[in-house]
Amino acid sequence: MSVLHNYAYYAGAFGLIFIGLYVILTKHNLIKVIIGLGILETGVNLFLICVGYTRNGTAPIFSRAGLDAELMVDPVPQALVLTAIVIGVAVLALALSLAIRLYHHYGTLNLREIREQKW
Amino acid sequence: MSLSLAKIPFGQPKPKIARHYIDRGIEETGAVNVVTSVVVSYRGFDTLGEVTVLFVAATGLGAVLRIAKTKAAAIEPASFVLRTGCRVLFPLILVFGSYVLIHGHLTPGGGFQGGAIVASAFVLIYLGCREKRINDKTSTVLESLGGVTFVVVGLIGLAVGGYFLLNFMPKGQPYSLLSAGVIPVIYIAIGFKVGSELTGIIDNLIEESK
Repeated sequence: MSVLHNYAYYAGAFGLIFIGLYVILTKHNLIKVIIGLGILETGVNLFLICVGYTRNGTAPIFSRAGLDAELMVDPVPQALVLTAIVIGVAVLALALSLAIRLYHHYGTLNLREIREQKW
Repeated sequence: MSLSLAKIPFGQPKPKIARHYIDRGIEETGAVNVVTSVVVSYRGFDTLGEVTVLFVAATGLGAVLRIAKTKAAAIEPASFVLRTGCRVLFPLILVFGSYVLIHGHLTPGGGFQGGAIVASAFVLIYLGCREKRINDKTSTVLESLGGVTFVVVGLIGLAVGGYFLLNFMPKGQPYSLLSAGVIPVIYIAIGFKVGSELTGIIDNLIEESK
């Protein structure tokens, strides 16, 4: 059980990734697909942070004296995820704007109906 | 099952590169926040590319939505409570955002986080005072200023010491506000850029939904 407890973070990350993937693949509403994209992205970010985790670790910031450098978590995935979050916002905004355009063009956000319609 | 699970590394000792950043980061960059020193100093060029991605996405959003401009409908004014609350909170959030933005090399935070907080203050204004619009020109100027500052600081490093984004300014005393050389300058520039870009994205989306 303790082993499973240790990997709860990984389980959570992959859980989020699979939930996001499920939503993207099965939903017909474009807004829901974009929400799925957001969930998937959160899962990936969580996974990257987990990789750099140190047991009983602290943030890699020397905010006060006496912090043990040995116990600090890996700063590289954190910097990477900072980047990924910002890119995620950009992707989300662009996806939403395309969804708005599609809605104006087809009058619906249902992907099935869009596929059936002629251009 | 549990045996194979136990082989997945978790909470292991850090790789060499992370060790180097944590052990030598303060003396090499002067920044107390190791994540900031990685983002702005060690991998500053990467961050420049990231800022470019955000810029291209914001521009693309503007281009996609500009074609579809519809006629503006009458806006329903917000309630008194919402309007007053937004007016009270707006300067406070702006101050908090600037604090996070300026102290990126000392505390958790920095340009991206501070910029997002500043943009959230403008979202509040859009919610509360619906007839108010940000000045398009001002936000474009601020955005360009941020980007140009980033590139110019990098190019000065190239001219002075031979490589892009060299930390050419004095590193100062760690733990003080005026330390870490060019890192706060670049992060403040990023903050202006991110804040005005996110505000522009929201402005475009709101204009569209009217």
